[in-house]
Parts: sequence; structure tokens; C-alpha cells
Amino acid sequence: MLLSSLVAQASPLSEQQVQQLQGLVSQLNPIQQAWVSGYLAASAQLAGGALPQQAAASAAPAATLTILYGSQTGNARHVAEQLAAQAKAKQWAVNLLDMADYKANQLKTEHFLTIVTSTYGEGEPPENAEAFYKFLFSKKAPQLPELKYAVLGLGDTSYEFFCKTAQDFDQRLAELGATPLHGRQDLDVDYESAASSWNQALIEVLEPEFKASPAPAAGAQVIAWPGQTAAAASSYSKQKPFAAELYANQKITGRDSSKDVRHIEISLAGSDLSYQPGDALGVYFHNDPALVREILFSAAIASSTPVRLGEQRLSVAEALTEQLELTQSYPAFVEKYAAATASAALQALADDKAALRDYLADRQIIDIIRDYPGVLSAQQLVDALRKQQPRLYSIASSQAEVDEEVHLTVGVVRYDAFGSPHLGGASGFLAERLAEGDTVRVFVEKNDNFRLPVNDDTPIIMVGPGTGIAPFRAFLQEREQRGASGDNWLFFGNPHFTQDFLYQVELQRYLKQGLLTRLDVAFSRDQAEKIYVQHKLQKQGAEVFAWLERGAHLYICGDGNRMAKDVHQALLAIIQQHGGKSPEQAEQYLDALKQAKRYQKDVY
Amino acid sequence: MSQYPINPAFVAQGKLSDNERLKTESDHLRGTITADLQDEITGGFNGDNFMLIRFHGMYQQDDRDIRAERAAQKLEPLHNVMLRARMPGGIITPEQWLAIDRFAAEKTMYGSIRLTTRQTFQFHGVLKPNIKPMHQFLHTIGIDSIATAGDVNRNVLCTSNPVQSELHQQAYQWAVKISEHLLPKTRAYAEIWLDDEKVETTEQEPILGDSYLPRKFKTTVVIPPDNDIDVHANDLNFVAIAENGQLVGFNVLVGGGLAMTFGDTSTYPRRADELGFIPLEHTLQVAEHVVTVQRDYGDRVNRKNAKTKYTIDRIGLDNFRREVEQRVGVPFEPVRPYTFTNRGDRIGWVEGIDGKHHLTLFIENGRVLDFPGRPLKTGLAEIAKVHSGDFRMTANQNLIVAGVPSEQKAQIEQLARKFSLIDDGHSEQRKNSMACVSFPTCPLAMAEAERYLPELVTRVEGLLQKHQLADEHIVLRVTGCPNGCGRAMLAEAGLVGRAPGKYNLYLGGDRVGSRVPKLYLDNVAEAEILVALDQLIGRWAKERLADECFGDFVIRAGVVAEVKVSKTDFHA
Repeated sequence: MLLSSLVAQASPLSEQQVQQLQGLVSQLNPIQQAWVSGYLAASAQLAGGALPQQAAASAAPAATLTILYGSQTGNARHVAEQLAAQAKAKQWAVNLLDMADYKANQLKTEHFLTIVTSTYGEGEPPENAEAFYKFLFSKKAPQLPELKYAVLGLGDTSYEFFCKTAQDFDQRLAELGATPLHGRQDLDVDYESAASSWNQALIEVLEPEFKASPAPAAGAQVIAWPGQTAAAASSYSKQKPFAAELYANQKITGRDSSKDVRHIEISLAGSDLSYQPGDALGVYFHNDPALVREILFSAAIASSTPVRLGEQRLSVAEALTEQLELTQSYPAFVEKYAAATASAALQALADDKAALRDYLADRQIIDIIRDYPGVLSAQQLVDALRKQQPRLYSIASSQAEVDEEVHLTVGVVRYDAFGSPHLGGASGFLAERLAEGDTVRVFVEKNDNFRLPVNDDTPIIMVGPGTGIAPFRAFLQEREQRGASGDNWLFFGNPHFTQDFLYQVELQRYLKQGLLTRLDVAFSRDQAEKIYVQHKLQKQGAEVFAWLERGAHLYICGDGNRMAKDVHQALLAIIQQHGGKSPEQAEQYLDALKQAKRYQKDVY
Repeated sequence: MSQYPINPAFVAQGKLSDNERLKTESDHLRGTITADLQDEITGGFNGDNFMLIRFHGMYQQDDRDIRAERAAQKLEPLHNVMLRARMPGGIITPEQWLAIDRFAAEKTMYGSIRLTTRQTFQFHGVLKPNIKPMHQFLHTIGIDSIATAGDVNRNVLCTSNPVQSELHQQAYQWAVKISEHLLPKTRAYAEIWLDDEKVETTEQEPILGDSYLPRKFKTTVVIPPDNDIDVHANDLNFVAIAENGQLVGFNVLVGGGLAMTFGDTSTYPRRADELGFIPLEHTLQVAEHVVTVQRDYGDRVNRKNAKTKYTIDRIGLDNFRREVEQRVGVPFEPVRPYTFTNRGDRIGWVEGIDGKHHLTLFIENGRVLDFPGRPLKTGLAEIAKVHSGDFRMTANQNLIVAGVPSEQKAQIEQLARKFSLIDDGHSEQRKNSMACVSFPTCPLAMAEAERYLPELVTRVEGLLQKHQLADEHIVLRVTGCPNGCGRAMLAEAGLVGRAPGKYNLYLGGDRVGSRVPKLYLDNVAEAEILVALDQLIGRWAKERLADECFGDFVIRAGVVAEVKVSKTDFHA
């Protein structure tokens, strides 16, 4: 929540003022808070404008580049940050913002807007872009004849609605009368170099505009919204991961579980990496050497065959093991592989997008090669494969408790299909191929849209079935260490009580100590009818609503395709039933919670 | 307090043990069990309820084989309960058998039915969501588990001998009556498990008392010359005295018990003493008042000394008898003559005097399960489907298919053979060996028992063969801890678990179970035990008197001293 964030960040308020504000806010329901927020903004404007972004906007409206990102995993944010840095280097005024932090009514005053966004699930905007997206497509959206804009989309061609959110933004801005500055690009998973080029090209397009309208007198600055932490000053990043030591790899599902979930402990000692509860850890991995051998054998390629990969020269086995993506499959591979092997059948499949998506759903690269054996050179194979993307895992620990360690809760992807066992890339690497003491390359991916309330007295409701429990373990550790007095309520679920109750003993201890005020569990397969977390939420609906009314923050982590949606529906039903609200009012209630950053999701 | 005058000199002084508090505070055994059943965060019971469920016939257990594994997995132990049914005299109908056979298969972790030394069956590995349905299911087939554990009178045993059918029937009826008479009066069981409405009454426990008994209490009805139920392992025994085949009364024996605590010489296994003879009409009164005397004078300060055997040793047998006589209002008559000549079950067919046939099936360790190549559980179910008589569980963990009419005998035999329930290859040694359940389910177990017994027996068979005694046997019993469920403290050779792979070896009990054995080897591994047995069996083979059993031999030969009075001799 904005006011709470002021405490931790550089805030223009005195400590006493902050306390007074917090005191007031804690008594307000979401609707009231939203009203007060608008009231304060309006009065600030009347008083001459003291808020930074407005200062910037009014001082030099024509010369500020506003960059908004809609980001689920941090990629869009990174690209946006890169663009901001480039603009800053030119001494331009830049307003870089998480889309969730952008005040939509500001839009009509903008002159230069760049949007970098990913797309989530079935063509939906990412979590932090939802509110702005909704606004833009509402009747409230203003005409934007003054605005020049550019949109960059990040996505994954394996999905049906590839880069749909970027396309929507692009189309909608144009409809509202804005002028495109620079053509939209929709980039696939290996977006990095194309994104750099796009950024560079955009800067060049903007150059004359910014020369024509000089920067504000205050000089060049990147104006950070108060809710946004400055990027942790670490020398390690996605581009330069830290080689961390694996401390522990412990299976935390029972021997009869259908799931293999690992508790992973990694040491950050020797790095300057730090993280906050809510952040994710990016993990690079090596592919299974046996899988690499299998692929090369199937394609009749000698493992030592030299290949080029960008600037590097290395053996095909090294390239496949260390740098290329083998455990996820993607349309680009199919097309390139079909061309290289001159497979008409595969080409035909590639041409039918819907059939291709179905075909690729559970298949790894090896399955495609087995299905369509063909002859191709080592270089052709390498060229057909895309670069490995690190996997992100929500961090399951708090540094307040574990110091220089970072813990993960990793569901091992393992299934039998198409006549052979399959193992996930990163999860298989962490669970099966990495010995304790071995190193794993990692980086911290921050997530400011999944944060504990700054006010320790604020109650929180956490909904985290399956491995979705990970960030809540971090939250609980953090709150215990901080001596936070706010109530904590966790909803957890999984198939079986005896086998799949992740961190059961720890949670029992928290419950006994009182750190966990309530713990409600849903074990879906322990009885005839399936019981999920949303059912448990609804069962406790009156109490859930009472918590929300007294200012609780609400968090959901885990499966985004079904669980998060079902929980959302359950929340709407709860608010209607126990708040006596219409469906529209319930929607507004949750929207207000979202606006106030009291309803946050970390879903995948 | 007691409705009888109390002699303060007989009451143990000091701070009451915590178990006394929990019984007193339990609201007549209710505790907060119902709330615990709703607790979805743990598979176990919290606080006092952990103990209170025992009074309802259940023990909280966990799979000890995977306890450490689950701790590493950040999972709690695999909590479950074991249920011990209340089956006085061990008689169960084929319909009941088929029902529990299904329940075991569908709702327990181990899928087995266990026949136990308490002449009943146990379910092992029942998870919390199945507990209440289990009691309701049992209720529908006329079975409960009230007071089969805890500080109460437990399942009443009765000699299984089906030959003297009329006498057995009379004795069995008394076992049932005694069991009913001594049951807790609280409605807690019906309320908690059967959803009976809570009735606002002032509940009282006129016999057991509001804080129940100081310790567990075990009762038998025994028909000489069989001592299959092991009178000396029990607090209270009614020894059937018959005239012309008709039951006329009982000799009453009190103060047997086998439990002890390692390192505490104030604890010891002890034989029962004779109180005297009573005619039938006083049976329930005598049962009631042996219980009330133990209730009032049993040690509630030190649980390790709380059993009837210690009460008698502390206040004296004569005083104990006098207290009972005063409360019953009738003196005991002198003991009538009786002899025990046999303790094992007669495996195979016998014909009763009523002309019915009875097939005793040897069930190793009492474990009814489909083993590879030996589908015992299926076999018993198949028999149950056609059997017109009843089943009788024995205190030696075996099962009698009782009351088979002549025309059905061949069919039953054919089924029993088909499913390996009859195995002519079982040696006398195997049939006379016994173990408690122990690992992986029993929380008290210190060493393996049931899972170890079969191979131990094989080795002892080898030793007997080596010394040309293949047809002989030694009453051999293994128990995983010193609490005595496997009745090793009445064996000719008894092993009592100390630590994984380590046992104490006791020698010198006798065939009929009238003598407590004495420590021979302390805390040793199997190899050492076998070396000792090899040497001693060798000497027994050469030096034994005609028909002299192993236990008698080791005492005559001075291998161990005879335990005559446990209190003074056992630890000497």
C-alpha cells in the first residue's frame, strides 16, 4: 500500500506524520482509502503540486518519456529499465513506472509513452497491468491526440494468444487518437537482442523530439515512484548470474505422494545478492547429459561436433547441455527443424497453429525428433534451438531468518509420456543432477507487486496451495523475525493430507506459537468430493470478509490458470454474500483492494 | 471418593501422577476428543486426548519405519490409530468377520486384521478421517471397543477350548457378563463416536470411580486344565470349577501381571495368588469388589507400581482378601482343586462333546493378511462365507473355526488347505512360539518382535534338530518391550527387547505358564542368544529327565535360579 511504502522508502513525511497517516488508513475500508487517495492527489494539485511525478510532468510536460511496464516475471521490467537507462544517458527526463503504480488519469497529460508488456495465460494482461488495461478499455479512457507512443510485446510463441496484451495496448492507444512513434514488435522467449535493437531504434526515433523540447531545469533524472524500491545494487543479475552452492535438496512430500516437491537451500555467501520476501530466484540449469546424448543419437550427430553459438565456438554437446532449451518445446524449433530435415509432414503440422499447440503441449524436443527423425547438421540443430531461459522460483525464505541462504520450494516436473520418462529442465537439474556442494547459477528477480504490508500490525490472508506456499513461508519467517503483531491466516491445499502437507511441521509450530492465527487446509483427494482452497475460503467467508474490512492484505500464489481464478470468484462471492454487495460492487471492492496493493498475486 | 471405609495405611502417599489429573479432568473420558477430530492440521490427538482415546479402545501410533524419513520431509509422523475391539471370550460371527475383513482392506494402512494375545482383533493404521466411521461401522455389526485399553478393566478373556462345549458356553457367558458389569458407565463413547445425543445427567462411575482405575486391569475366565489365557498374566482370574460338567463356581486368582520397567527393581513380573472359591452367584460381586479394592488402594502416585500385583505385595494378600470379603459381604471358601496341564491351542480338528467339529488354525503372529503364496485373509473370508458356526480368536493369536457340522467339515478343510491356512509343515516349536506386534506400529517397541519371530523360530528349530529334538518344543516368546504383550515373562525362553537387535534372554518358565523365568543374558544380540541356546539345548538333550521340559531342566540344572516369589527372587 502506498502510504505504508512511504515508511520504508525515502519519504518526504516525518515519522510522526507517517504514523498519523497509518493510524487513519488502518480505519478505512478499501473504498474509503481509494476516495482519500483521490482527494489527496487533487488537493496536492490544487496546492501547486508537490508529488514528484507531477512536478516533473508540469515542469516539462513535453520532454518526459514515460515508460510503463506490465511484467509477470521481470523480463518486461528489465527491458523497460534498459530503455530508461539509455534515455537517461541522453539526459532526458524519464518516468519509469510499474504499470500498477501508474495513475491512469495522468495519461491525458502524457506526450511520450512507451509500454513494454508481457501477456499472461490466455491472452490476459499480467497482474500488474490489469488495472491500467481495464481503465484504458473503459469508457473513462480519454482521447489522446497529444500522445506519441510505442509498444513492445514480450511473449512465448507456444501460446495461442502470443503477445495479445501488447497488441491490445497498441490498438487501443491508436483508437484513442494517439500516434505510434515506432512500430510494435512481438518478441518470443529469446527476446534479449531483439529488445535491445528495438530500444535503440526507439531512442533514435525520439532523439529529434527530445532535442526539440529540452529537458526540465532540474536536469536529467529517473523519477522513481515512491512504491518502487531502487534496484538492489548487486553485481549479479540475470545477465551475470552468481554461481551459488547448493546446501540442501530435501524431498518434502511423503513416499506415497504422486508429487515430488523439493525443499532447496542455496547459499548466497560470497555474493552481494539480497532479496525480500516476495522476490523470486532465477535459476539457470544444465540439461540432462543423458537427454543430450539421446537427442544427438537420434539425430545421428557426434557429440564432439563443433558448432557456433553467437560468438562462441563449442561442441554441440556443450551447447545443448549448457545453453539451449531442450525441455520446453516451441513452434520456432518445429519450423526450423522441419526445414532442416525437409520434413513435409512436420511442416504441415507447423502450418496448423492449433494442431501444433496441442502437439507441443507435453512434448519435449526429444519427442519431436523421435516422432520426425531426420538428418540435419549439428549447426542446423543448434540454430533450431532457442537459448535457455532461466526459470523463476518464488523464494521460500526470509533473509531475516536464513541470512545468506535462499530457499525454494520446487515441484519436480516428472511424467511418463510418448514411451519414455520426462523430467523438467530446472526442476530435474535441482532435484536429480545437482549434488549438495555443487554450484547453480542464480540471480534475484525482485517482485514489488508481492510484498508484505509495511505496517506490521496489518493482518494478512495468504492463499497458497501446492508450491504456492513458498512465498508465504518467507512471509511467515519475516513476520516472526520482525516480531510483527499482525494476524496471519494461511490457506493451503494439495491432494493428500498424509503425503502432501508441505512444511507441515513448521506450520504446526507457527500455529502453536500463535504466529499463524489461522490455518485452513484443503486436501482435495482425501474424500469423495474434491475440496480446494476456494471452498475453504468460502466456508470461512464471514471471517474472511471481516478480516478484509479490518484492513487485511490478501495474497494468492500458485497456479494462475485455475486456482487463482477460482479463488477470485470465491472472493467475489464472499464479498457479495457477507458484504451485502451486488456483483458489480464486489468487483469494485476487489479492484479497490488491488489499487491499494492489498490484493496481490504471484501466479504461474 | 469411595463408598467404603478406607484404611489410610494402605493408601500410597505423595503427589498424584499426571494421569490421575487427566482422568479426573476428562469429563468422564470425553476430554476434547470431538474438537480434535475436527482438527485438520494434525493426524494425531492433542494433549490429554492422546491418552483418553485409549479408554475408547484406541492407541495413537505412527509408522516408525518412516518416522525419521518424514521428519526430514518436514512432515509429522504418519499418525494413525490402532483399534482393539471388545470381544469377551473372542467369539465373532462369520458375518462380523466378513465385515471387518472388508474394513481392514479398505480403510486401514496395513490392510490386515491382527489377532492378539487379548483374544480379540485389532485394526492397525486407521487415519483420523476414518476413525469415527470405523466406530459407527463396528456399531452396525454389534461390536465396540469400549475400555479395551486405558486404566479400566479390559477385554475379558475366556478359555477357547471348544471340546467341553457346554461348560465353555457357561464360562463364556460369565466372561460376557463380567465384561459388561465392569464397563465404564460414561456415555462418552456413544456421544463421541456414535453421535448419540448428550444427555444432561449427573454421571457416576460407581465401580471404576470418577478417576477410573490406577492402572490397566485384566480379567479372565479359565477352564482347567487349559491355561491358554495365561492366568498369571492377569489381575483377576475366575478359574472354572465344574461338577458333572456343570459350572458351579470359581476359584479366584488375583495379582498376576508381566510388565516391568528396565532398571527399576520395584517392578517385576508376578504370578497371581489364590483368594479362594466362590459359588457362581457371587461372581459379579467379587469381580466388582476386587476392582473397587484395587481402585481404592492401588498406587496412584507411582504408575510403575500401580497394578494390582504391587497393591497385593504392598498391603498383603490377606488384607486384600479381607477388603474384598467385607465389600462382597461373603467370605471366600477354600480353593477347590484344579490343575493346568496345557497352554497351547490344539491345532487342527477336534470334536466337541456336542458332536460339532472345531478346526483350530495356526495363524503365525496372529497376522491375517494375504502373504505371497499364502492368502490367509482371503481364505478366512472364503470360509466365513460358507461357515455356519462361529469363529473364536484365541489368546495364543490363533483362530478356531468352531461349530462345524459333520457334513460341512470336508468343505471347510478343503478351503483351509486351498488358502494355506492348514500347513502340516508347521513344527511344534512354531506353534508354541509367540510375539507381540512391536515395530513398526507400536510406539513402545524397543526391538523387533513379530517381524523377527519367524526367523528366530527357524533357527531354534535348527538347534532342536541338531540335538535330535525335532519333535520337541520350547515355549518361546518375544516381546518388543518390557510391557509384556507377548507374555515372554511366562515363557520357557523369553526375549524382551532392549534396543534394535538387542534383547534380554529370560529362562526357566514352564510349559503350563505357572512360573516366571529369570534373567540369563542381559542386552545381547541374536548371535549370543543362539550360542547360549545351542549349548543349553545340547545339555537338555543329554541330561533331561523323562519328558522334562526345557524350563524345568534349566532350573534343575542350576542354569538359572527358580523365581518363587517375584518380589524377592526376580531381581536377586
